[in-house]
Amino acid sequence: MRSTFSGFRLEPRSHLPRLINWTVPIGSFFAALFAGALLLLMTGQNPISVYQRILERAFLDAGSLSGTLVAATPLLFTGLCAAVAFRVGFFNIGGEGQFYVGAIFSSGIALALGRDAQVWIAIPAMIIAGALGGALWGAIPGFLRAYLRTNEIITSLMLNYIAGVISVYLIFESSSFWRDLEGTGKMFPKGKVIPPVAFWPEYGIGSLVVPFGFLLGIATAAWIAVLQRRTRFGYEMRVVGGAPTTARYAGMRPGRVIVAVAAVSGALAGLGGAASVGNFRHILDPKGMQQSGFGYAGIVVAALARLNPVAVIFVSIIIGGITNAGYALQGPDFPSGLVGILEGLILFCTLGGEVLMRYRVVRTRGVSSNVAGAQ
Amino acid sequence: MNDNLFIVVFAAAIYYGTPLVFAALGEILAERSGVINLGVEGMMLLGAVGACWVATSIDGPAGVVLPIAVVAAMLFAAAGALIHAFLTITLRVNQIISGLALTIFAGVAGVSSYLAGLWDLGQAPVANQFGKMDLLGWGDLPVLGPILFNQTLLTYLSWLLVVLTSIYIFRTRWGLQLRAVGESPQTADSVGVAVQRSRYLHVLAGGAFAGIAGACFSLSILPTWQNGMTLGQGWIALALVIFGFWRPDLMLVGAYLFGGLSSLRYTLQARGVEIPQLFLDSLPYVMTIVVLVVVSNSAARRQLGAPAALGKPYEREER
Repeated sequence: MRSTFSGFRLEPRSHLPRLINWTVPIGSFFAALFAGALLLLMTGQNPISVYQRILERAFLDAGSLSGTLVAATPLLFTGLCAAVAFRVGFFNIGGEGQFYVGAIFSSGIALALGRDAQVWIAIPAMIIAGALGGALWGAIPGFLRAYLRTNEIITSLMLNYIAGVISVYLIFESSSFWRDLEGTGKMFPKGKVIPPVAFWPEYGIGSLVVPFGFLLGIATAAWIAVLQRRTRFGYEMRVVGGAPTTARYAGMRPGRVIVAVAAVSGALAGLGGAASVGNFRHILDPKGMQQSGFGYAGIVVAALARLNPVAVIFVSIIIGGITNAGYALQGPDFPSGLVGILEGLILFCTLGGEVLMRYRVVRTRGVSSNVAGAQ
Repeated sequence: MNDNLFIVVFAAAIYYGTPLVFAALGEILAERSGVINLGVEGMMLLGAVGACWVATSIDGPAGVVLPIAVVAAMLFAAAGALIHAFLTITLRVNQIISGLALTIFAGVAGVSSYLAGLWDLGQAPVANQFGKMDLLGWGDLPVLGPILFNQTLLTYLSWLLVVLTSIYIFRTRWGLQLRAVGESPQTADSVGVAVQRSRYLHVLAGGAFAGIAGACFSLSILPTWQNGMTLGQGWIALALVIFGFWRPDLMLVGAYLFGGLSSLRYTLQARGVEIPQLFLDSLPYVMTIVVLVVVSNSAARRQLGAPAALGKPYEREER
């Protein structure tokens, strides 16, 4: 008896190099670029010029880094959303929908408070509303998984589509509070612009424009890191994620922990939605949000950051750069779909790289191992 | 007679349920061997773009072009499945994240849209399409005729595949081996079944089936190219596998239920029935959650369901 497909096998390493935290993400990133280059070559594109243009539009051109932060801000939040949940083995794929609901809630509160609100009320209210909306939407699959044993991957995904349908309904298919019914809004459906007092500030550092939302994201990432490492809740998350049975023996309630994690994870994506409305779009923009797909890209960010909240900050800038370049370069001579290709390849390579670091590849000598296997 | 609302809704349920049948049938094969593939949505889009490309670029009679287009769809989607198979079976990475990666890689912002842009697809409906046809001459039967026997060739093919797959899984030696691989790979290995090979073959077959599901969209339902045209049907197919307890026959019922729900917005609107858009658009997704909750609970109670080794990589022990 012989296994047809394996000319080698994987042997666990006895010693895990500490460098794994750096080598896997960096190696995977470049491996993905290489694979992407092959694909570009096969389809008749010049990978070097494509990559060069991405690099210029993402980081090097004047003002490009500011544009990259515009994409990195929502990715920072959705990356944290995925990182927190995946660490506990709760596969929340619903960051996309939680992001939409956060945007709906935060734009709703900003519109409701109106133009006479104080800045120091309007902005915190948007932050809280966004987090709350995301948390409510995120808690649903958590509850279903914890108490009704329903697969959270599919439920959280379905909720993405439902949130998408709701946001489209609010702007395109109804005369809702969110829709602009004056002027051109009568002819071309679009969201009502939130009052200027609710616009989130931006800070200029030299030529770089740093959105308030990005700073909020950095603070949130730090808070998550402390929550995971220094609190009782963080400890419970680790135990429930690693060994649910042990958690139950130790008197923890895995169900509650899972619902709490799901809500926190959803709140993070909801904050991303709030930041997107407050800092950049200033309206509820369903089509724009759906095209960006920040929720799904957040999974790539989290994986490349190896689920580490602080690393998510840096990775969000890299993926944000690729996303930003993707927008900027849309046109006849720049292939669409390249952003998703690169994101998918990065995810594939991160997974593969992880294995290759944990295991050694050992070549099997054809005959002898087959004989051994036949015994 | 043919305008009867009942008939229209049921005929549409089967028409729109057909891609779900193909995709879920393929996923049943993959999951029976122990591998979850969350890349269904992405593989469907790969199949759709492959089929659309062939149908757009090859001129000829439908009888020649359409089979080639379907085969192209199967190959495109199976190529996507091969990445997942290599990562999960050979490298034993997390199946969930690898499947998600496949959907991101191949999906709406990925390869499928890239290729469609490269080949300039979606400018016009494809010339050769799968239209409704009365294959068996039974289309004039009252009620059943227009519902069952005035469908596309793809629907008839899906019935054939459901029957063959059922027989394969439950009545053949290879099916028994497949189930053993999914339930207990150690046992299967010890009696001489090549576990890795079985998993590779069934993940690839699952991909090929998902490819036909994609072809249903680009050759019949739309029938042209639109980025992300499968609209989450791949995820509903994943839910259908659970709904059908990993059995093709039960899954077929669920697929037509969801095909009917997805088609309601077209059928009811065309007849001027006043139902809020929001309700109709979200119905398939809401119902997926509801059905999944009900099924998961009863499955847990009655010990029905998933292959025991589903999602677990198989590592052969050294002897």
